[in-house]
Amino acid sequence: MSADATTVTAGDATLLRVEHLTIRFGGLIAVDDLSFAAQDREITALIGPNGAGKTTVFNCLTGFYKPSVGRFVLNLADGPRYLERMEGFDIARAGVARTFQNIRLFTGMSVLENLLAAQHNKLMRASFFALAGLLNLRSYRRAEAEAVELARYWLDRIGLSDRADINAGNLPYGDQRRLEIARAMCIEPVLLCLDEPAAGLNVRESAELNALLAYIRDQHRIALLLIEHDMSVVMEISDHVVVLDYGKQISAGSPAEVRKDPAVIRAYLGEEEDAELPPIIEKDLGEGS
Amino acid sequence: MAVTTLPAQRTLDVPAVLKECGLAAFVAFALAAPMVGLETLPLIGGLGINTRFGAVAYAAVLVFFGRLGFALLRAGYPVPVLIASLVFAAVLISLLLTGADQILPFKSLILNWFIALLAMVITVRAAWALRRPTAEMAARERENVMDRVGIAVLRRARWLGPLAIAVAIALPFLPFADRRFLDLAILVMTYVMLGWGLNIVVGLAGLLDLGYVAFYAVGAYSFALLALHFDLGFWVSLPLAGLMAAGAGVLLGFPVLRLRGDYLAIVTLGFGEMIRIILVNWYSFTNGPDGLSGIPRPSFFGFPFTRRPAEGTMSFHQLFDVDFASIQRIIFLYYVILVLALVTNMFTLRLRKLPLGRAWEALREDEVACRSLGINPTNTKLTAFGIGAMFAGIAGSFFATRQGFISPESFTFIESAIILSIVVLGGMGSQIGVVVAAILLIGMPEWFRELGQFRMLAFGAGMVLIMIWRPRGLLAHRDPTIRLNRDGDFEAPG
Repeated sequence: MSADATTVTAGDATLLRVEHLTIRFGGLIAVDDLSFAAQDREITALIGPNGAGKTTVFNCLTGFYKPSVGRFVLNLADGPRYLERMEGFDIARAGVARTFQNIRLFTGMSVLENLLAAQHNKLMRASFFALAGLLNLRSYRRAEAEAVELARYWLDRIGLSDRADINAGNLPYGDQRRLEIARAMCIEPVLLCLDEPAAGLNVRESAELNALLAYIRDQHRIALLLIEHDMSVVMEISDHVVVLDYGKQISAGSPAEVRKDPAVIRAYLGEEEDAELPPIIEKDLGEGS
Repeated sequence: MAVTTLPAQRTLDVPAVLKECGLAAFVAFALAAPMVGLETLPLIGGLGINTRFGAVAYAAVLVFFGRLGFALLRAGYPVPVLIASLVFAAVLISLLLTGADQILPFKSLILNWFIALLAMVITVRAAWALRRPTAEMAARERENVMDRVGIAVLRRARWLGPLAIAVAIALPFLPFADRRFLDLAILVMTYVMLGWGLNIVVGLAGLLDLGYVAFYAVGAYSFALLALHFDLGFWVSLPLAGLMAAGAGVLLGFPVLRLRGDYLAIVTLGFGEMIRIILVNWYSFTNGPDGLSGIPRPSFFGFPFTRRPAEGTMSFHQLFDVDFASIQRIIFLYYVILVLALVTNMFTLRLRKLPLGRAWEALREDEVACRSLGINPTNTKLTAFGIGAMFAGIAGSFFATRQGFISPESFTFIESAIILSIVVLGGMGSQIGVVVAAILLIGMPEWFRELGQFRMLAFGAGMVLIMIWRPRGLLAHRDPTIRLNRDGDFEAPG
């Protein structure tokens, strides 16, 4: 899906605005007055130490929790959508796709079926809620063939075409990660949210992932929102970084700016500002720039 | 000890083996002593007790040696086991064949044949162990063997299915198909249809429904009441009954489908009981525990199956100019349920390949992921519940017209449990598995009525065995609904 067709104007490329987001669980404030924006055709990374509230923001954005205060504005061509008022499946229909920290594939179904399940709404409409499909009308057969073509496109991209008919649960871990991204792309989203896509990947797989994400941004021209621990991924491909600590935004900017921000260093390494960075962290933060 | 070249190390721990066999024999004795050892006899003026402790001792001895056979096989001594079991089976069978089985402690012919069969099983296992050094087939390996059977069945489904349908069509005209056999076939077919209907809910959508019989009841009562009060015929009432059952399914589904797993199971269980209790208590509407009688029999599209039709109408045998025979009606009923079941099957097979069916399966796999892909879980579950209920309702109206009489007693929880067992034992989501399981669970117990009171015991034993050997069901193998690579071969299991 071309981004030009779905976003407001060429001048204002802000796709998603998160405004004054606060999430409370009882007395615990998980996210405190967080505001940021995700631009179209950019990769926005959300980073922070463990427990900073990153996944909570994601779950809220995709409708699993409701925010206590604040709103999400998704700017589409036909007007803004207020995601905090919508059900999870409606948010996905509006064009927000996501992946999960612990991979959630349909493990008992084949790789191809996983990608077709993602095109459910499109196919349901094409099959007149199964009626045309039951009668095996040509219009449905054509729609299904198109859906298979889209699936094949993504399978070629992630190199799983020859294993399309095996159970998704039998794939190696790295392939499952990439399949989940392909499945999210099959709903033809305007915003793709990735929850730690590089977790558990080795160096080579991590590099492949970077290439895939850059390809999605550049060729499909959509916005990506990324939670990541792996600094090599964040620093190499992000266009914009938002740093959270204890639910509060402590820094934002380009990767280079954020890396130099003393607040970020303090959050990651502790209070002693004048302490020398251990060389390994220095290297980690500096990698890929 | 015969000289063999087995490399397997023999570790015969004599006391342990004796202890194991003794324990097994003791359990058999403890179970058999009251159940077999004491037989009540009707006497004039009360009950008398007949003791059969010879049979109890015989049973305990049989269990002791049977267990010893298995223990020796495990320890790597197949030759003596082979010889002993072979001799035992030969002696027993020759006694049975010559009619000299009166000297045996068990008087039941079936039971004696069963024991001979078990002896043969041990013989076969001993022979198998001779061929292969490791006597025990690893559980994992056995699982794979059965998986391969499942895959082979599915691969042959292309011609196995039509073959089974051809056999089913020819069934009423086979020489052994008497009235009793056809009645049984109709019963099995009804449960096959119910199993296929429930398979949509449990096997595909993964919603554990313990109250499926409620929709069966709604269908049966809808049909009976429509026919009795509005004088509607079978073919008109059938879809109406299906729709009403589907309505009941959606009605139940709305409030409860946000529940998952065990919670959903409990609510559906309660719903099943609610329907039955309403049927019992709403006397003015359902005639309560007295049931509804006089439900019209199905006609051959307007031509009744009667010897002497009412004035001005024509009956089936007059239409085809054949002699009247009561079996014509039974054969017709058989074909009706066959067609209804096949329609259910084709509908399900087709739906599985459609986005709706894929969404059901996706929902079974991971509801959270479904939500993130824009699939509305509530609506999708509702369709599964409604469609499953519709087939139960249609089967229910068939049941009502076949029986001519229905009462709440026919719709107890045990029916739900049996239908669910058929689906689970057959292998969740497997259509052929449902047929096999229905034949095993419904056909076999009816067929083995000679076993008398041991019938349900054998039923339970069979269920336990299947759960030990095939915890995922008899034919549990899922094939993708669509393939990218046409030449794609079947994936090796595991």
